[in-house]
Amino acid sequence: MTEPFNPPPSDPQTEHDPPRAGGVGGAVTVGMAPDATLLTDASTAPGQTAEQQTSLTKEAWRDLRRNPLFIVAAAVVTLMILVAAFPRLFAGEEPGGATCPLGQSRLPPRAGHIFGNDLQGCDVYAKVIYGARPSIVIGIVVTIVTLFIGIVLGSISGFYGGWVDTILSRFTDVAFGFPFIVGAIVILTAFPQRSVWTVVIVLSALGWAGLVRIMRSSVFSAKSMDYVQAARALGATNSRIIIRHILPNAVTPVIVLATIGVGAIIGSEATLTFLGVGLQAPANSWGLSISQAQRYFIDSPHMLLFPALFLSTTVLAFIVLGDAVRDAFDPKLR
Amino acid sequence: MEKDAAGVPPGGSGTPLLAVDNLHVEFRLRDRTVRAVNGVTYSLAEGETLAILGESGSGKSVSAQAIMGILDSPPGFITEGTIRYRGEDMLGMEEEQRRKLRGRRISMVFQDALSSLNPVFRVGDQIGEMFRVHLGMSKKDSLVKAAELMDRVRIPSAKDRIRDYPHQFSGGMRQRVMIAMALALEPDIVIADEPTTALDVTVQAQIMRLLKDLQNEMSMGLILITHDLGVVADVADRIEVMYAGRVVEEADVEDIYAHPAHPYTEGLLLSIPRIDQKGQALRTIPGTPPNLANIPSGCTFHPRCHRARAICAVEEPALETVSMSRQSRCHFWPEVLDATQ
Repeated sequence: MTEPFNPPPSDPQTEHDPPRAGGVGGAVTVGMAPDATLLTDASTAPGQTAEQQTSLTKEAWRDLRRNPLFIVAAAVVTLMILVAAFPRLFAGEEPGGATCPLGQSRLPPRAGHIFGNDLQGCDVYAKVIYGARPSIVIGIVVTIVTLFIGIVLGSISGFYGGWVDTILSRFTDVAFGFPFIVGAIVILTAFPQRSVWTVVIVLSALGWAGLVRIMRSSVFSAKSMDYVQAARALGATNSRIIIRHILPNAVTPVIVLATIGVGAIIGSEATLTFLGVGLQAPANSWGLSISQAQRYFIDSPHMLLFPALFLSTTVLAFIVLGDAVRDAFDPKLR
Repeated sequence: MEKDAAGVPPGGSGTPLLAVDNLHVEFRLRDRTVRAVNGVTYSLAEGETLAILGESGSGKSVSAQAIMGILDSPPGFITEGTIRYRGEDMLGMEEEQRRKLRGRRISMVFQDALSSLNPVFRVGDQIGEMFRVHLGMSKKDSLVKAAELMDRVRIPSAKDRIRDYPHQFSGGMRQRVMIAMALALEPDIVIADEPTTALDVTVQAQIMRLLKDLQNEMSMGLILITHDLGVVADVADRIEVMYAGRVVEEADVEDIYAHPAHPYTEGLLLSIPRIDQKGQALRTIPGTPPNLANIPSGCTFHPRCHRARAICAVEEPALETVSMSRQSRCHFWPEVLDATQ
């Protein structure tokens, strides 16, 4: 039979590639390295979901850098992390012992002691600066631990499905249904000695369930993508499929959710400490300072106001940061 | 890219590369069972191109997934039949053994290259993954190999483009990347599942030509799953026509175009638009393909067949031998053959 359909010899040059991005009118921001050729304006190819996915990270970053809320929140968060890491740079000697003359007990703010002194005569400014570390450490470590649990359990649950998923999901539901504050109080009161790490363990144990749920559904949808089936058809192992093909495409939502959660975790630590089941003196944290100051609020409000101001500013900064990141990464909100 | 001889299972020259016998696949859904493939049989020789032709839902892609071992199970189950690669029963193999065959000996080109490539990885890494997974090659070496392959599938300036992401390629170039991945390890069998459906007509021809050229170079067996009779006529040696999960006609490509021996094939050929019939309404096959959860009694095609008689609704025809190399599943195949002589 003759060939009714005889294609010309293949000439790749006749196929038109989309312009290597970078030249697309106004699509690319300024100030990027040559690597910025990766950036493509998604609007040049409407309906191409993968294109949107790939450039999503870069577009999100572009959006974020233009968002004043993000800049302010990121600056506050960075400052707080610096304070937590190097308190000596900001407030000199750690308050305690000789640096806290009892004769200066509850003196109001004045030159040399801009935040005043607390009950023990310690400088409130120094206490607030040194009190940042437990709050920030708890916020960040708990987030990392819960994120890890969420990603691992969520991936296993979503990828394998079946009875594995059923068992893990029921387990998650139980953890999810546990009232957070009540659970934390019950567990923490069981520890006679409580350190930062006790609080980290308890908050982590109670905080992972939501992340597992999000990760599971995200892996579920990534699993049904064609490129996962293609990877399987080309002989990739299960672990390779999960790590290389599913995780990178499924992890964004949990990371965003975890970022928003940092502020809430710092708030929880302060709440628990204030209620007397978190950190204990002689430790120093914002929650502890607030708790000690509450009885003297009418006479010496500065003892409560300054730690509370730092606490709320930090929590707010983390939440705003998380919100900005979420907005930047959510295609439905753009 | 020499083949590792130790990895090739034994099998004399008389053993077909791939033999599928009486394959049945069903999907067990919550409220019903869909029988997607019902007794498909075929064999593929080295260097041969077998086209599996059928409408959507005729079971052609599902049978390919069953061969690859990538059927989603549950809900999909192979309930009957055997699949042999060089005489070796694939369904009885350990999963790990099958995984090693996948991509290495039996490979697959997917329909939509955009969604079949991982959007977050550079194409060089994705092609190179074949070498890393199967040959344990280092990342650096695998990238060199990837560039060679991209050159081989005629992607211009391959060395630079290994660093690009899938979305930076045009549809045709993306399909070339997909082909490079599938053919990276010079497999014996390539299953191409509608490889050109997502492409422009001009690019379709180039991609088919490329596949065909590479097939000749590597003397692979090619299974081409398609609904496009034009593509089939150009490249296939043999054709299997599928309808409702069954093979209704099997023949050499010349025979089937000249004289179909099944009313469904006849209908398909008649519904190709022809330039000399300009202005006339296009011919179609009336009705729609059957719901696989509720397959018609008797001959599955009888509700749409213009030659159907009483017996067709009652008795399912067997796959009868028409001549040496052709078979038809129709009670009245001599009549069809006569009419098309």
